[in-house]
Amino acid sequence: MTSVPSRRTTVAVIGAGHSGLAVSHRLGAEGIDHVVLERGQVAHSWRTQRWDSLRLLTPGWMNRLPGLGDPLLGPAEADEFLTAAQVASLVAGYADVIAAPVHENVEVHRVSPGPNGYLVETSAGPWSAEHVVLATGSVRGVLPALAAELPPGLPSVHAIDYRRPSQLPPGGVLVVGAAASGVQIAAELQASGRQVTLAVGEHVRVPRRYRGRDIFAWIEEAGILDERWDELDDITRARRLSSFQLVGGTTTLDLNTLQEAGVRVVGKLAGLRDGAALFSGSLANMAALADLKANRLLSGIDQTFGGSGERLEPTRVPEPLLSLSLTSGEIGSVVWATGIKPDHAFLDADVFDRKGAIRHDGGVTDLPGLYVTGLPVLRRRRSTYIDGARDDSADLVAHLSQRLASPTRRTAG
Amino acid sequence: MTETTVDNGVNVEALLGARAALQETPEAAKFTWRATNTWVKGTHSKSKVEGFFGLGEEQEAGRSFESDGDHPPQFAADNQGPTPVETVLVALGGCLTAGVAAVAQQRGIQLNSVTATIEGDHDIRGILGADADVRNGFTGVRVNYSIDADASPEDIEALVAQSQKRSAVFDILTNPTAVSVSVS
Repeated sequence: MTSVPSRRTTVAVIGAGHSGLAVSHRLGAEGIDHVVLERGQVAHSWRTQRWDSLRLLTPGWMNRLPGLGDPLLGPAEADEFLTAAQVASLVAGYADVIAAPVHENVEVHRVSPGPNGYLVETSAGPWSAEHVVLATGSVRGVLPALAAELPPGLPSVHAIDYRRPSQLPPGGVLVVGAAASGVQIAAELQASGRQVTLAVGEHVRVPRRYRGRDIFAWIEEAGILDERWDELDDITRARRLSSFQLVGGTTTLDLNTLQEAGVRVVGKLAGLRDGAALFSGSLANMAALADLKANRLLSGIDQTFGGSGERLEPTRVPEPLLSLSLTSGEIGSVVWATGIKPDHAFLDADVFDRKGAIRHDGGVTDLPGLYVTGLPVLRRRRSTYIDGARDDSADLVAHLSQRLASPTRRTAG
Repeated sequence: MTETTVDNGVNVEALLGARAALQETPEAAKFTWRATNTWVKGTHSKSKVEGFFGLGEEQEAGRSFESDGDHPPQFAADNQGPTPVETVLVALGGCLTAGVAAVAQQRGIQLNSVTATIEGDHDIRGILGADADVRNGFTGVRVNYSIDADASPEDIEALVAQSQKRSAVFDILTNPTAVSVSVS
């Protein structure tokens, strides 16, 4: 681009999900001029990248958003778990309530440092923005390298594109990954009458309810959600940790309940060779690690609040199955529940680490005026959830306002 | 604090320092381990371990270890050393126990004694070619630890679990590895 775009804004927020809208609300409250650019409709990923039966892992009281009154949320203790469609309605309603300046159906093609901050090139033409807040969330399915080696003709789908059992061809299903999405999809497919084989690596087990309350009520009161990113022992690990094995509701979903439903549990998918999936022999240890960690969490709750509750039944580890033919007809499809990550490919700036992830310190990148939000454990453990947008947006907008107030800001970008 | 008095003989600070440094210089983290093996007679061979490549260069200083491999008389052999499959069990035990010590040091747990028994179940019809449906290798491996440490039973279990999670030999045995053998 040779000319400076005629459209200028102080802040371009990219992404109109709950994180970007919370930032918009804070900017509005500070009287800071901004736009929110959205590739589709508000809450795009909640409309297009979730399966039909999905409910939030987190109870209704964790849907707090800044500037959104309680009536939309229900009572604070309500253990109600919204469906993806309800989350989309909540976020769309939120955009209306706060009157966010959202430009829908505007795809951002490129963001690069420019003369007055940043040049934001979009499907609707360029913007010049002094600051950019990336709030695009985790929108890309992570596939392991060996996904490319599946036998030709074997259908596979990432959890981000999975909708319902009828989408898959008849036959058994290999579900790879046992975080929240993997265990939920495995349960749904098994209930639909298919034989599911679930490949399990490192995972995080927690009971849905403990001592008569939802687990998040305990985690909240114990202060765990407010543990800061810069005070955690190993922030890289905390950010990479897979999601809790949980399903919205009151029932526990874990490897034991899945096995009771008929799901076959095997070790981590470790390789594909001669048309067969090879599973790691480490399942017993993965289960032991998860059991120990879950019981440490429960012991910690007891120590903090007094009293005691029941410990989890140890994960039942079946006779090892180390190999499974993917060409015999037993397996009709594969579901990759192997995680999601952000897609910042449109960002043309030197802010990526060796592994291609954006470098940031609690959402503040190395480039003055460039922020990122809506990522796991961004500034606190709560950042992983919708409920994290409240405090994260307050912190980032405070940082941004301070920079605006500084007389040197125009030369800093 | 117990942390200051715990001494399992592991320099955790050096290991953590190396971890931090290697995150910045991943090339230096690429090691190649090496052994040579020379046939003696029958099923008896001698293996030697000296240098290795790591931290960006050949590392050779003052290192030379020899070991024998053979088979017992039940295999009509001369019994000059452990069988190679027993050496695999030795490697697993050595790796896991080193991990137990390192993790204990990092977690401030004083170890008093650590003993492991490592067993590999093996249907030798595979290696004898007596039944094509039987694999050559172990059908299963069991490890049992007896640990006396200044810690709760749960903490000791967690030590052993974490050691497996970070063990090279445990990974080598539980996951497939591509092996290429050439002749020169």
